Amino acid sequence: MSRYLLRRLLLTIPVLIGVATLVFALIHFIPGDPAQAMLGEGATPEDVAQLRVRLGLDRPLLVQYGSFLNGVVHGDLGVSLRNDQPVTKQILERMPATAELAFAAMAVAVLFALPLGIVAAVWRGTWIDHAAMTLSLVGISVPNFWLGPLMAIVFAVELGWLPVGGSGTLAHLVLPSITLGAALAAILARMTRASLLEELSEPYVLAARAKGVSRTRAVLHHAFRNSLIPIVTILGLQFGVVLTGAVITETIFAWPGIGRLLIQSISFRDYPTVQGCVLLIAITYVGVNLITDLTYGFLDPRIRVDRS
Amino acid sequence: MIRVGAVIVLLTVVAALAAPWAVPYDPSSQQLSLRLERPSPSHPFGLDELGRDIFSRVLAGARISLLVGITVVGISSIAGIVLGAIAGYFGGWLDEAISRSIDVLLAFPGILLAIALVAVLGPSLKNVVMALSAIGWVGYARLVRGQVLRAREFEFVQAARALGARTPRILFRHVVPTTLPAVMVQATLGMAGAILAEASLSFLGLGVQPPTPSWGTMLNGGRVHLLDAPHLTIFPGAAIAVLVLGFNFLGDGLRDVLDPKRQRV
Repeated sequence: MSRYLLRRLLLTIPVLIGVATLVFALIHFIPGDPAQAMLGEGATPEDVAQLRVRLGLDRPLLVQYGSFLNGVVHGDLGVSLRNDQPVTKQILERMPATAELAFAAMAVAVLFALPLGIVAAVWRGTWIDHAAMTLSLVGISVPNFWLGPLMAIVFAVELGWLPVGGSGTLAHLVLPSITLGAALAAILARMTRASLLEELSEPYVLAARAKGVSRTRAVLHHAFRNSLIPIVTILGLQFGVVLTGAVITETIFAWPGIGRLLIQSISFRDYPTVQGCVLLIAITYVGVNLITDLTYGFLDPRIRVDRS
Repeated sequence: MIRVGAVIVLLTVVAALAAPWAVPYDPSSQQLSLRLERPSPSHPFGLDELGRDIFSRVLAGARISLLVGITVVGISSIAGIVLGAIAGYFGGWLDEAISRSIDVLLAFPGILLAIALVAVLGPSLKNVVMALSAIGWVGYARLVRGQVLRAREFEFVQAARALGARTPRILFRHVVPTTLPAVMVQATLGMAGAILAEASLSFLGLGVQPPTPSWGTMLNGGRVHLLDAPHLTIFPGAAIAVLVLGFNFLGDGLRDVLDPKRQRV
């Protein structure tokens, strides 16, 4: 196990360096002078020159790159152009809100997806299965930037049950978490069905039934428990859907998280903050994937033997 | 399902092609006195904040969505097939370089990198296509690489090699065609992904810019009128959902047809 762990950890390092390199390069993809682009056409040459010095753009590219990597390692992502605050501080302030939303969305997804997937697998080939899978495909197809406003129209505007935006109470969390969790629920329901169907065809389920175990018990206590391993993995791997979806969901519901900070920073051309947000989201995603992979290896010994 | 998907996609393609002649009103013409008017027999989807006919704009928006989808899927799949085939067939340092690039790009979830790229390049249709293609090839390359690794051991490929066929001929005449059914499924689902991604970027104000009628841009415009004119949000969103659902039905159906193993499950 320790060899597998070490190997998996070592493989993550080049990916993280690659991610940091690409994020560093972003600012250099700006057509023309990045400092001029950030300040706009009306800026004086002095202001532009000053910003170039402030961002270190006057230094050789390799020196800039080294300095950027050094900053990333030490948690220094530069200073915001909008409010002169350290980017790291801004992101850390917003992180709990995004984490809260992401976990609530995942809870919503699990709550809807598992029963739907189980029902579809148990009644495979029937109208229940078709209805559940069609519903899940609809869930994948409905964009969250439409679902969110639609739910706001119904539950906030028409019925007045929930607030239309903002944060602070549990009521504020309901609409954003359903909006964000819907697509994940749809994917998870399909995976649950597929995984459970595979387990249901295993001889041990038949053996349990032959011994007189009830159908419900055979499904829930035997097959479903074993089908959870790939489901947990998918849940981890689909965390990316939640993170990207958070950018849009936070914008719709004025949720004070990293996604909203990213979009606000783009509109203010605050590129150091844009770089910081993108880097943090990508690193979080890599970290969650790593944990998922290790958990999978821990749960299923065949994986760590195969891969090492 | 596959038939429902095919009908939805076909109808949208026909509507997009016929849009310049079929639209009842000019999608850009404004009737400010009738702004935010609710749906009526003369304007079935109502009018937007500048008094433009939403039905005409939704029809015109189909052209943008399909154009982005086809271009992004075209560029991504060709780049992905070539790079994936090279990585899988030749192995060695070429495979390492391509596979590590794939790993790095996959570290950015969903359309995050596309958002960042458009943020620095500037919002425009061209930049949206560039950004989505820059991240889109990865899925095809990974798929094709895996398929090629398997296909290069097939007997007919070894026979072609033994007969002295040149490498490009073996690769693109014998090996790559075996990957095409899987690529076709991925491309169909990729159309749904590209359409959704373009709409997401336009919704965030990073994609197609007004007054060009894009479904995402229309939804973005409808946000401020959520309370007084919800029809601005309902119809463009429904158009996106139906078309994406159509491509998902089609892709799912194709996958079942082309993969007998899945059919059994």
